[in-house]
Amino acid sequence: MITRFRQIEMRLMGPLTMIPIVLCLVVLGTIAALPVVATILSELVADFVPPALQHLTIVVLGTAGFVGILALNPIYSIWLERKVAAHVQDRLGPMRVGWHGLLQSFADGVKLLFKEDLVPRDADRVLFGAAPMLAVASAFAAFAIVPWGVREDGTVLAVANLNIGVLYFIAITSLGALAVLMAGWGSNNKYALYGGMRAAAQMVSYEIPTAILVLVVVAQVGSLSIPDIVNAQAGGILGVGDWLIFQLFPLNLIAFVLFFICGLAETNRTPFDIPEAESELVAGFHTEYSGMRFAFFFLAEYGNMLLVSMLAALLFLGGWIGPFGSNPLLFFVKGFGLVVVQMWLRWTLPRLRVDQLMGICWKYVIPISFFLLVVTTVIKGLL
Amino acid sequence: MAEQRSPVDGAPLVTLYDEELPPDNSYAFSPEELEEDEMILNMGPQHPSTHGVLRVELKTDGEIVKDARPHIGYLHRNFEKHAENIDYQGVIPFTDRMDYVGSMGNSLAYALTVEKLLGIGVGERVAGIRVITAELQRIASHLLAMGTYGMDIGAFTPFLLCFQQRERILDLFEWLCGARLLYNYNWVGGVSHDLPEGWTDKCRRFLDEFVPVLDEVDKLLSHNKIFIRRTADIGIITPEMAKDYALSGPNLRGSGIDWDLRRDDPYLGYENYDFDIVVATSPHGPVGSCWDRYFVRVREMYESVRIVRQALDRLPAEGDVHENVPRFVRPLAGEAYCRSEAPRGELAFYIVAENKKPIPYRVKGRSPCFVAMGLFHEITRGEMIADIIAIIGSLDIVLGEIDR
Repeated sequence: MITRFRQIEMRLMGPLTMIPIVLCLVVLGTIAALPVVATILSELVADFVPPALQHLTIVVLGTAGFVGILALNPIYSIWLERKVAAHVQDRLGPMRVGWHGLLQSFADGVKLLFKEDLVPRDADRVLFGAAPMLAVASAFAAFAIVPWGVREDGTVLAVANLNIGVLYFIAITSLGALAVLMAGWGSNNKYALYGGMRAAAQMVSYEIPTAILVLVVVAQVGSLSIPDIVNAQAGGILGVGDWLIFQLFPLNLIAFVLFFICGLAETNRTPFDIPEAESELVAGFHTEYSGMRFAFFFLAEYGNMLLVSMLAALLFLGGWIGPFGSNPLLFFVKGFGLVVVQMWLRWTLPRLRVDQLMGICWKYVIPISFFLLVVTTVIKGLL
Repeated sequence: MAEQRSPVDGAPLVTLYDEELPPDNSYAFSPEELEEDEMILNMGPQHPSTHGVLRVELKTDGEIVKDARPHIGYLHRNFEKHAENIDYQGVIPFTDRMDYVGSMGNSLAYALTVEKLLGIGVGERVAGIRVITAELQRIASHLLAMGTYGMDIGAFTPFLLCFQQRERILDLFEWLCGARLLYNYNWVGGVSHDLPEGWTDKCRRFLDEFVPVLDEVDKLLSHNKIFIRRTADIGIITPEMAKDYALSGPNLRGSGIDWDLRRDDPYLGYENYDFDIVVATSPHGPVGSCWDRYFVRVREMYESVRIVRQALDRLPAEGDVHENVPRFVRPLAGEAYCRSEAPRGELAFYIVAENKKPIPYRVKGRSPCFVAMGLFHEITRGEMIADIIAIIGSLDIVLGEIDR
């Protein structure tokens, strides 16, 4: 029979949807366990190295673990994205390369490596070449301040334990806009230029509410250091009750939602993906890019997604604090969980228009975040 | 060169254009006429969402589109000239290639015209089968329009959900006549294949399963807040404008005008079916917006399901589908014009026949998409770049039909 009729189920909202996503989370959790392994290793090594070098050892091993994540994250995020998309759309996604397509992204990466490195004739070669590197650099450099746990002796597991961590985050993520702008201008392509200009306007606009919302958190905790912010959320019912998102209900909940929206906008994800709006601007700022340069933008995008999700988890969802005590794994589950939410939104929602996007930022998000900042500060002052 | 005379009444043919035609490139924008801050943006023919090989030239000021000029002809395949050298039945595969996502409607319109020319009719079973296939084709075409429109606005998921259902209609057609896209199914005086055994049951099952999915996709896309905000106040075609430009089909009904050839100039016994003409109600903005045109298509699918159900119920069990197929098509001298409601609007053919000749003297297709392109520059002026895509999608053009 030529007809292959099948009962179509809309799996968008059904509980069945969660099964593949949970599976994905388990896989990603395993990857995320790398820094945990590094932490344990550092514990073991700590006994054998002189005390003066202990801190250094931890930092080196922690950095190695985190670089491992950063290298693997895009590869598996892309796989995860394709799987989430497929299951939302009632299909299977990659299934051929490796078990359930797990090696698909490696195959794609090899393909991109072998592609010709094209530079348009009239492009600005310097900007064109530098843009992907800057994009990746800004995405990866921001991870330096992302802590993933605290040891019992109080040592923070992070590449760099800055006492002005959130400030560093805001500063470094601004570089991403520059990279996109450079790509758009350097390509000497009108579509790329449109993409670059849109991205610059969008990222710069949404940085303002992001910074204000970070200030909301900082004002309540009284510290710019991310480990301090997380430690302030410890305790409470089931280890969950004192997460910032549940404090001063519903003020911090609104702040979290707005922060997440700003994160979506800063990483150019649907419904805010207008800089690379496929149906309007072909591919936006990376229209002229191919091969590894193109892949670099992807690395940056998925790096940024994870960064924003992890920051949201750290600032509002208690970071590594949860029902089972303090556990780095928990932090990664939260981070990747929010990444999955981003993907879910992408495959469900249409895209906003440029003016609507700016309207949302300037008319709603910024005033509300100012309001939140004022109210939370006043309440904290009164308490 | 001898003076050309009409084969119908012998009157001399008039040359319409005495003056020299302008050179080819004068239609495009020239960089000299640009003001400061303006830029020419060339969209297409390889752009991902100009729905084929449409090329639109935009004069932009930032994100605002000051003027838009569509360039058509990239898919011109000389259909009308070809038709003058092929016998009447042989033209049918060419008509399939006009609106290649609504082929059943094209060959139906052509077959109806030739039948009118010959003065023959078709049996009840053939008429029923034609109604079923035409309405299934309408559903398939509207599914494509709905899915790609979602993609134009940035939602990818409805596209695949729509295509799954469209695929099932194509499966049905494949079972029916062996082809999935270009069917060559409606013949002069009949159809190429009778319904296979079990086909009607499969078709009923499809309809039963299709309606809930359509409900879901409708919920997912049509009433999405972002989708409404993107489409409900752009590309306004006022009812007057729609009439002035002779729009037809969902584009016309999207402007709030109650006009459907299936009811107002019925063919194939459409007057006996119980269905409603879908007219835009515009709950979200001014009448004639992109959202209205889109939503007319969505609701039309439900009506088509109703029609197919009735047609399946009253289809005569027996009947030869080749009963009225003439051995030779050699009409007397004359002309015929017959219009029908294709998925994209009023699709009509005008055929001029020479006496007892096996090939037509002239075949002219009246294409709804070509007519809709006529007002493109008016509704795009002053909109934003993203809206251009939304407007092209809402007009639901198929370049195969525009260029022919």
